[in-house]
Parts: sequence; C-alpha cells; structure tokens
Amino acid sequence: MIVPFEQVLFVSGVLFVLGLMGILIRRNILFVLMSIEVMMNSAALAFVAAGNRWGQPDGQIMFILILTLAASEASVGLALVLQIFRRFKTLDTDAASEMKG
Amino acid sequence: MYDLLFLVFALPLAGFLILAFGRGRLGENGAAAVGVGSVGGAALVTAGLVAQFLGHPPDGGAYTQVLWDWMKVGGFTPHFALRLDGLSLTMLGVITGVGFMIHLFASWYMRGDDGYSRFFSYMNLFVASMVFLVLGDNLLFLYFGWEGVGLCSFLLIGFWYKDAANGSAARKAFIVTRVGDTFMAIGLFWLFRSLGTLDIQQVLQLAPQAFDSESGRQAVRGIALLLLGGAVGKSAQLPLQTWLPDAMAGPTPVSALIHAATMVTAGVYLIARTHVLFELAPDVQHLVGVVGAVTLLLAGFTALVQTDIKRVLAYSTMSQIGYMFLALGAGAWSAAIFHLMTHAFFKALLFLSAGAVILACHHEQDIRKMGGLRKTLPLAFWCFVVGGGALAAVPYITAGFYSKDEILWQAYAGGHMDLFLAGLFGALLTSIYTTRLILVVFFGEEKTHAHAGHGVSYWLPLAVLLVLSTFVGGLIHPPLEGVLPAAPGEGGGAAQLGIEALSGSVAIGGILVTALVYFTRPRALLALAQAPAAQAVRRFWFSAFGFDWLYDRLLVRPFFWLVRVCSGDLFDQAIGTIPELLRHANVLSTRTQTGRMRWYAASFAAGAVLIVAAVMFRG
Repeated sequence: MIVPFEQVLFVSGVLFVLGLMGILIRRNILFVLMSIEVMMNSAALAFVAAGNRWGQPDGQIMFILILTLAASEASVGLALVLQIFRRFKTLDTDAASEMKG
Repeated sequence: MYDLLFLVFALPLAGFLILAFGRGRLGENGAAAVGVGSVGGAALVTAGLVAQFLGHPPDGGAYTQVLWDWMKVGGFTPHFALRLDGLSLTMLGVITGVGFMIHLFASWYMRGDDGYSRFFSYMNLFVASMVFLVLGDNLLFLYFGWEGVGLCSFLLIGFWYKDAANGSAARKAFIVTRVGDTFMAIGLFWLFRSLGTLDIQQVLQLAPQAFDSESGRQAVRGIALLLLGGAVGKSAQLPLQTWLPDAMAGPTPVSALIHAATMVTAGVYLIARTHVLFELAPDVQHLVGVVGAVTLLLAGFTALVQTDIKRVLAYSTMSQIGYMFLALGAGAWSAAIFHLMTHAFFKALLFLSAGAVILACHHEQDIRKMGGLRKTLPLAFWCFVVGGGALAAVPYITAGFYSKDEILWQAYAGGHMDLFLAGLFGALLTSIYTTRLILVVFFGEEKTHAHAGHGVSYWLPLAVLLVLSTFVGGLIHPPLEGVLPAAPGEGGGAAQLGIEALSGSVAIGGILVTALVYFTRPRALLALAQAPAAQAVRRFWFSAFGFDWLYDRLLVRPFFWLVRVCSGDLFDQAIGTIPELLRHANVLSTRTQTGRMRWYAASFAAGAVLIVAAVMFRG
C-alpha cells in the first residue's frame, strides 16, 4: 500500500516538532541529543517521501547522507557529553552557561 | 655584484620580520645573531659593492635596479627601483658599516634588558628604512624611507616606555619632525605639479629649463624653501632643533646610530640630492648656510654648560650638522658629505664610549658625579680623546680636521665671509666644550666606582671606530665626482694651507686654554663665573636659548587651551551620542546571551518559523 505524500509529510512534521519540543523542554543533555536525532530522522523521512513523490533517487541519497551525519553527530555529541559530565558532574545543560553575558 | 644591491635593503628588513614575529621566542643570543647578523650581511654586500664600484664603475657612474612597478595612476608610474651612485654608495657605507658596529656594541650594551629582541627588531627596521631612503631613485621612495626612519626614531626614543618622560620625549621628536615633514610633502607636491615627475634624475635634468622664467624662479624658490623645511626638521636645525636633546631619552646605541650618525644627517643628504633646485634658488641656498651657521653657534654655546654627558654630545651633533648645512650653503657639496661621513665615525665613537661610561657608572649620566675615570676605564678614555680630538678637529691626526677644514676653506674660497667666521668661531666653541667634557669626566678626583666592560662586542666596535676617527678616516675619499658639482675652491694651494693653519691653531688654542683654566683654576675667572649676570647667561645657555620655553608659550599652551575650549561644544556632543547609543545597544544584546542552550534553540526555531512565514506570505 502506498501511503499518500501528505500523510508522510504530516508524520515528518509531527516528529520534527516533537524533537524540537524535546530540545526546548528537556534539561538532560542525553535527551537533548536524542531529540536532535528525532529531528534529523524526520527530515530524512521527508526526503524519502519527496523522492518517491517525484520519482527521483536524490531523496534516498540525501537519506544516506543524513544517516552518516547522524552517526558522526552521535559520536561527537557523546564525546561532548562525557566531557561535560567530567567537568560539571551533572548532565544539566544549564550548568554549562559560563559564556553568558 | 650589482644585482645583489637589493640585499642591502632586504636583509635588515628580513631581520626585522624574523624578530618581530619571533616575539622574544629567540632568546637573547638568537635575537643578537639575527639583529646583528642581518646588518652585518648588509655591510658585507656593501663592501662588495664598494669594491666593484671603485674597480669597475657602472656606465654613467650609476647603477639602477628596477624591481617592479609600484603603482599606475594615469601617466604616473613610479618604478620600485634602487639607484646606486657615488653619493648613495657613501651613505650606504656609513649606514651599514657604522650601523653594524653600533649593532654589535648594542648586543653588549642591551644585554639583560626586557625588550632585547624588540630593540633589535626596531634597529633592523631603522636600517632598512634608512637604506631605502638613500637608495630610492624617486623622491616618493625617499619620502617613504624618510617617514620610516622617523617612525623608528619615535619607537626607539620611547623604547623604555614605562617611564612617562621617555614617552613624551618620543612624542615631541615625532611631532616636531612632523612639522618639517609636512613642509617637505607640500614641496614634493609642488615639484610634481611643476615637472610632472618625482624621479630624481629627471627632476635634476628638467629643472633648469622648467624653472627658467620669472614665475619659475619664484616656484623653485618656494620648493627649495619647503624642502629646506623638511631638512631642518629631520636634521635638528633652527628653528626645529628642540627635539634632538630630548631624543637622548632612548638607549645610547640608538643615540649613536639614529641621532648622531645616520638619521639626523638625512636632511643633508636630501639637500645634496636635490642640489640643482638649490642652485637655481641662490638666496635659499645661502639661507641653508645661514641656518647652519646660526645653529652651530647656538648649539656650541649650549653645549658649553650642559651637565648631562649625552646632552653635550647631542648639542655637539646639532652643531656639526650645522657645519654640514653651512657647507651646503657655501656650495661645497662634497665637503658636506665628507664631513657627514667623518662625523658618523667620530660621533658614533663618542656616543658608544659615552654608553660604556654610563653603564660603567650604573646608568649615571651627570658628568658632575663622574670624574677620574681615566684609570678605571682606559679604553673609553682613549676613545673619548680620539673622538673628542676629531670633534674639535685637532690638525692632521684626526678625521674631523680634514672634513671641517675643507668646509671652512670652501666657505672662505666661495666668498662667504659670514659663514666662514661663524664656522671658525664654532670651531673654537667645539674645542672648548669637548675639552671640558673630557676633563670633567676623566680627570680630577674619582667620585663613583666604575666597572669596565669586557667582551669582543664591547671593545671591537670601539676599536674600529677609533681607528676610523683618526687620520685614517680622513684618507677615505667618497666617490662623489659626477654626482655633485665641484665646489668653488678645489685645489686651493697656499691659501688653503693658511686656512688650515688658522683653524688648526683655533682648535688647539681652545683645548690649551680650557685645560689651563681647568688645572690652574684662576681665582678671578671663578669669581666672574659666580656673578649674577654670568649665572643668568649660564641659565639661558643651559636652556638652549629658551626655545623650549618659547614654543611652550607660543604653540603648546594655546593648543591645549583651544582643545579645552572645544572639548564640550556642539559637535563634540553630537559625536558623543553615537558611542552612547552603541553602549546601550551593547547592554541590550549582552542580555540575550544567557548561556542557556535551550533559549538559543528556541530563538533559532522562532526565527526559522518567521522566515518561512515571511517567504510564504510574500509569494
């Protein structure tokens, strides 16, 4: 069964907003990272759907690009999480606000 | 060999860049190696050039090395070119040769100073600018080098910037010479308007025809006057001479290199370089001589009563440059350059040995607190005797005699009796103050305990300059034929011998009288010196004829008053609102930097939504 394009876009938009909400609301940096992953995947979903809609392979190529991007982002992000935890002994993002003002 | 000419300029510049970007990472020995080595390399190249120039002179007596076109503005395309002829070769020899000796001495003198590599980077930049000044074949380059040496002079006078007095001395030197530089710049603009070029050779060729009308004579008179304004500023002649004594705030090797041997003689070089313009304006040329004569007398009287060892030497420099100006005014171009060269030798020697004395006496510069240093500092003593002898022009055995006598003879032979008499009287003053300085510092009772220096970088420069200050320096004959016109009295014969005998006996007489007064101390003379009138004259001379006082009342205070009056006016307030607004905007934008990542992400998202909405509703 082929899911209509609009519905896929709708799901993608919902996922994106969910991720954004996660970033804005959660203070735990692990959850923030996961929310970023969700936002990326929503964008990837939109690409796949768009590629299918216009019969172009570009959407799938973009999907693979986003997949690698997400992988590298996760590794860098986790390294940062480790460093933040070592320095501040907490995972609260608001603790790392020394650059304010 | 000639195509290595650019190295003379490029090596010190490279030394400056290495030291400036090395920023103290090189250590003292590294900095000394780079700073002294680069100037030494330039001196070696110069020595090779001299050998080639004397052996196989280039066609037409000059070699031009075009490096590239500097700029293209309409029909005005100055080449980036270096030109070597007899005059610039002489100057190169002085700058790199004496400069190398002074650098070597400085590597000893400055040891242990915080800014060791900074010192050498400035010194290298100075040498590069000065070489550029004398090699440029275009007045534009000359001006570029002219400003470059002015900058280095400013940086080095204020080298010990933690003392506010040094900073204000540096500013004074910069501002006073800037007055002269402005005159010179206007003169160059005028010259370009009249001739359409600033290429020195073209200027010298075109000038006689171009200025051959009544209005042309007026123009060339104005141009020559303006160039003279630039020269008196740089060379510390009346009326812009006040900066030179204060410039002694810099380290002593700086005084030796910049404020005695090279930079202050740039004015002499400029006038000799553009001699055709001055010959076309004879009254301005005579004015050059008069300026020199008045300055040499004024500085001579002032040097008689100074108590700071470096200030005595500073005023003597001023008066010796006065001699060079006198020679230029009398049309004795070669004699002026010859005196420039010998003066560089013996004045560098005097300043370096003064530096040795100052360091040996633990940074004491007051000659009244010295005395009897003859036994503890024998090398410095002999340097002072030879250098002072050359300064006072002791006949036949010193370099200074040959050049100064040449000047006096040319002034006499050219019929400039006023200049000749002023020069002769100046020679008497010179021998008196020089003898006084040596007697006070090296004879009498010992007042401080001095520590003599040691090491090859201490005695070698002194020894070399010592030899050059004797008759050996007088034997060097600058190859100036064909570059500068012949003076009126070449090959004088019996009359010249008479002048030699006269000036020689004046010098020796001054020395003998001073020594006699010093050792016998006649009571009548001492009583006379204590009289109120004599004390008033002494104070007047000590203040260098009150020029600082006059300029302070005439220019500095009115300027500060004007600044104070203008500081709260409408324009000032209007301009003041701009930084006020910026400060408020700054406070506001600082508030947005909360340091909370979520807040940034939210504003990010809100911004994105706004942009997307704007795009959608617009289309």
